[in-house]
Amino acid sequence: MNTIWALAKVVVLEMVRRKDFYVLFILTVLLTATAGSVNLFNDRSIVRYLKEICLLLIWASGLVIAITCTARQIPAERESRTIFPLLAKPVTRGQFLLGKFLGCWVATGLAVALFYLFFGLVSASRDHEWPVLNYLQAAWLHWMMLGIVVAFTLLGSIIFAAPSSNGTICFVSAAGILLLSRHLNKVALSLAEPLQSLLYAFYFALPHLELFDARDLVIHGAELIRWDMIALATLYAASYTAFFLFAAWLVFRRRPLN
Amino acid sequence: METTLSFEKLRVEYRSRDLGETTKVAVLGLNLRVGQGEVFGFLGPNGAGKTSTMNVLLGFVPPTSGTARIFGVDVREPIARQRIGYLPEQTYYYKFLTAEELLRFYAGIFQVPKAQTEQRIDAVLKLVELDHARKRQIKTYSKGMQQRVGLAQALINNPDLLILDEPTSGLDPIGRMKVREIIQRLKAEGKTVFFSSHELGEVETVCDRVAILHQGELKTEGRVSDLLKEHSANLEQIFLKLIGYSPQP
Repeated sequence: MNTIWALAKVVVLEMVRRKDFYVLFILTVLLTATAGSVNLFNDRSIVRYLKEICLLLIWASGLVIAITCTARQIPAERESRTIFPLLAKPVTRGQFLLGKFLGCWVATGLAVALFYLFFGLVSASRDHEWPVLNYLQAAWLHWMMLGIVVAFTLLGSIIFAAPSSNGTICFVSAAGILLLSRHLNKVALSLAEPLQSLLYAFYFALPHLELFDARDLVIHGAELIRWDMIALATLYAASYTAFFLFAAWLVFRRRPLN
Repeated sequence: METTLSFEKLRVEYRSRDLGETTKVAVLGLNLRVGQGEVFGFLGPNGAGKTSTMNVLLGFVPPTSGTARIFGVDVREPIARQRIGYLPEQTYYYKFLTAEELLRFYAGIFQVPKAQTEQRIDAVLKLVELDHARKRQIKTYSKGMQQRVGLAQALINNPDLLILDEPTSGLDPIGRMKVREIIQRLKAEGKTVFFSSHELGEVETVCDRVAILHQGELKTEGRVSDLLKEHSANLEQIFLKLIGYSPQP
């Protein structure tokens, strides 16, 4: 575990010292602060609409940070050849992958936590209330969803040579799942066999990232989600994450480093 | 003398991408032993199979057949690399880290106890004369400084076996002399050094024994002094003769 944690810390440090995270953060802060300063005729629905836009921005930023940070990890190690002195030490390829995953996931989690904190402060200054548990549940589920995204991006970074192509594929896949996967079963109903069964199989095999979207908790102050449901969603995310990491290990374990 | 590293009938093949050629043999049945406390030069022209042998030794490539062992442990086991230090030919480190952070990271991987980590970092940074730049990011270092930080990372775990791939490549004469001094100091401490180099004069000065590889085959192996006596020539002439090079008239 020490080795995995040591690898993860380097990934976090890299994100802290790179500029792209700050660009996204400043952009989100500017847009959130601008939105937060708007008070049109004390209209609650407009405030909610603005909250919705800000949270959408946080979700998009979270995906961009998770995917870009993860997609470049292994290709950059190979390109700069830092992987050689690293794997010449008592590090297994499994530990290397887990360290990269943990680092990207923690780095993304820290970024998302910062976004939610800032958004919460702006919202609290307008609404004069801060439903901490709602924010906590929404942010937790968001982070769990990003765990799946980080894991499949890591798998992609072993399969696809260029980080840009992997990043694009992963971003389109994640956005596609978030927007469309909930409708696949309805589409399947309208199809003839065997397409119907195929689409159903696809529907059940896909990781349903949209299940982790709890933005309504923050926007509309909806009732808290039951904690056992949160635990179940965490388990669901952990299963998919483990599956993608195992697949990544299977591909990477025998791959030549040169 | 205790064996530090050994190869037995080591064969390394790569799948060739050339049409009509299925495999390319990089190393052909290599048998070699390096004893504890030796400075061993691993020589050969480009494409001789040195890098492939080193890649097997470091666990980057699995052998096609045969075995390679470090301290009696098969190199396919990651634990075989616990007591080694490796310096690659060119320096490749995380440039956003400072030398101190890089060494702390590698010490963490070797699970060096925290109390010892800072002492080791101080010691190796003094040894490679980078103490003054320890808090600067590696991206600001000159080439010589990067090579020295590489040597520092190879020594962080106080290894019993040091594997150096072209350790003086690209260094100025002072840098080369310093690397030579460090190798000799390690030898005096009883460490084993296994290194590949094209600088044959340097090898002749530093090494106890050498092996010359050509087209994947071991051409000769022995003590430097014995080889010089046997061939009545310097190491460069012996090397050229063994690989079949004859200068144009």
